[in-house]
Amino acid sequence: MLQIKNLHASVEDKEILKGINLEVKAGEVHAIMGPNGSGKSTLASVIAGKEEFEVTEGEVVLDGENLEDVAPEERAHKGVFLSFQYPVEIPGVSVTNFMKTAINEGRKAKGLEDMPANEMLKLIREKSEMLEIDRKFLSRSLNEGFSGGEKKRNEIFQMAMLEPKLAILDETDSGLDIDALRIVANGVNKLKSKDNAIIVITHYQRLLDYIVPDFVHVLHNGKIVKSGGKELALELEEKGYDWLKNQAVV
Amino acid sequence: MSLKEKLISSFMAFENNVDVDHPVHEVRSEAMKNFEAKGFPTKKEEAWKYTSLNNLQKIDFSIFPKEVNALEYREVKKYFINEIDTYKIVFIDGIFSSNLSETTHDGVDICLMSSALNKPMYKQIIDVYFNKVASKDESLTTLNTAFSKEGAYIYIPKNKMPKKPIEILHFATGNEATLMLQPRNLIIVEENAEVQIIERHQSLTTNEVLTNTVTEIFAAKNAIVDYYKVQNDAANASLIDNTYINQKDKSVVKVHTFSFGGKLTRNNLNFYQNGEYIDSTMKGVTILGDKQHVDHHTLVHHIEPNCESHQDYKSIYGENSTGVFNGKIIVEKLAQKTNAFQQNNNILISDKATINTKPQLEIFADDVKCSHGCTIGQLDEDALFYLQSRGIPKKEARALLMYAFANNVLESVRIPELKTRINKLIANKLGVNLGFDL
Repeated sequence: MLQIKNLHASVEDKEILKGINLEVKAGEVHAIMGPNGSGKSTLASVIAGKEEFEVTEGEVVLDGENLEDVAPEERAHKGVFLSFQYPVEIPGVSVTNFMKTAINEGRKAKGLEDMPANEMLKLIREKSEMLEIDRKFLSRSLNEGFSGGEKKRNEIFQMAMLEPKLAILDETDSGLDIDALRIVANGVNKLKSKDNAIIVITHYQRLLDYIVPDFVHVLHNGKIVKSGGKELALELEEKGYDWLKNQAVV
Repeated sequence: MSLKEKLISSFMAFENNVDVDHPVHEVRSEAMKNFEAKGFPTKKEEAWKYTSLNNLQKIDFSIFPKEVNALEYREVKKYFINEIDTYKIVFIDGIFSSNLSETTHDGVDICLMSSALNKPMYKQIIDVYFNKVASKDESLTTLNTAFSKEGAYIYIPKNKMPKKPIEILHFATGNEATLMLQPRNLIIVEENAEVQIIERHQSLTTNEVLTNTVTEIFAAKNAIVDYYKVQNDAANASLIDNTYINQKDKSVVKVHTFSFGGKLTRNNLNFYQNGEYIDSTMKGVTILGDKQHVDHHTLVHHIEPNCESHQDYKSIYGENSTGVFNGKIIVEKLAQKTNAFQQNNNILISDKATINTKPQLEIFADDVKCSHGCTIGQLDEDALFYLQSRGIPKKEARALLMYAFANNVLESVRIPELKTRINKLIANKLGVNLGFDL
């Protein structure tokens, strides 16, 4: 589904990704771990198409199509979803109206009519119940005054509404208490299928107890320095990243 | 002949058509003297630093329409809030249109300034209120006073509220190549009375129109006034709006100004708080493009203690448009426990757009809360990416952000159909369908 080949990306002439190779197939869950500043969030933003980052070499290919020059909204229409580490507050637009706009723009791109209002309402109700989101919450301005945990839960609610093919969860576990973590992880697991794929970016093993990865990759200094199965995450939890940093030099 | 000279000579012709023995005519003559001495304001004056009337003065405006023009309702229906029933005071090229209007004398007076000025039964009220809060010094106000003859006259007696909102509409047909209009409105809302008014100036062609209007509003004790100004005029229509509001104890006056169109618009909005526990609210949404220019000058004069004022102006400037916000708050020594808030937020969506914004606070009391803030910015790139990443195209995402930015100003609009209209105007002005019901 997703192939990342020798990806180099810079922001303001500072190279952050220095040759990433990654292949994600349908039905797989990949975890990307690594210390602060290793390039995890940059990788997520580059896949989602943030223009601030310049791809200087290599490519991101989704279902055989090179995503270079594909706008972020078109990537979303093709099924890419990024759960933001820091979701943006948008006063003046309610969660519900935001979702209606997003869903209908997606349908428009596929040449479909707007989703009928009752169908939309039903979908919103179903997905918000799954994530144990209060009805009142949906009429509030998007992310405005939300707690860290509410923001993350709202991100997964959006993911549930949009049903992406490829979901990238950028530190979705940060700011969540253990109960919220379980709700969010359960939500993600319910959305998992053989046709979609998930990339989980995290610092900690904790989330991976709930969303069990098929592969774990360690990112350091803009490169994947080690890949393995889920046991690699446990090893990292135990040893920290230092032993891998040394490996990278070698 | 300059426009000033033309106006001075026209005043003599004007005098042939009004009752010069009426005491009001003395007021007019005094006002004319003031205008003759001062002329049009220039950029040398602080209050007109960013708004030049030079180009308008180069136009050879007709001061009076040559003939009475008519319009059919269906031609202009869309300019009314036709979803609801309203009283209507309608003028075509400055002349009252009885067939488009719906006035009343049933418990309240919703009628014409010309009647109020001419009929003996209104004499007492005119003596007490006419030109009593409007400036006798500001040149454009005095120019209007000199030519004051027609406009809306609204009198709401104690404890009354009209059954429906009132629309004041001025149409310019374009049958005149150029036209200058000077409507004069007088609105008196007595104790415990309430009124909702929507005012609109609409040119129907691209011919040059200049409107210099004066509105005097008197809100007595506990009166509630909601005044909505819809400024979405044609490309060659300019408006100078001078509004003066006198408030008594516990009255609540809210003025919303929606500026989306026209060539040059200058709003002089002046509140005088002559009582305690008064609430004065000014809100504005301005969305401009092309070479449009809008200048909002507000004044709140806190004279007595325990009063509040709230100002919230949000503006979006595109293309070569220019904007001005100047918010003056005076808190007199007596006016302790004043709460005065002022907010002006601007988004520039073009490199060529300009905004000049200035708070002007003169505070002589020591126990007051005054806050003011102005921001000038572009749209937040992170917010844009966030919306795009959810599949909302950049253009729509920008519009949604701008809509959201302007939206909270509309919360205080108390006529739902008007709110919907304004919402649609905003969406339309931003050039997109927002994807949800407004």
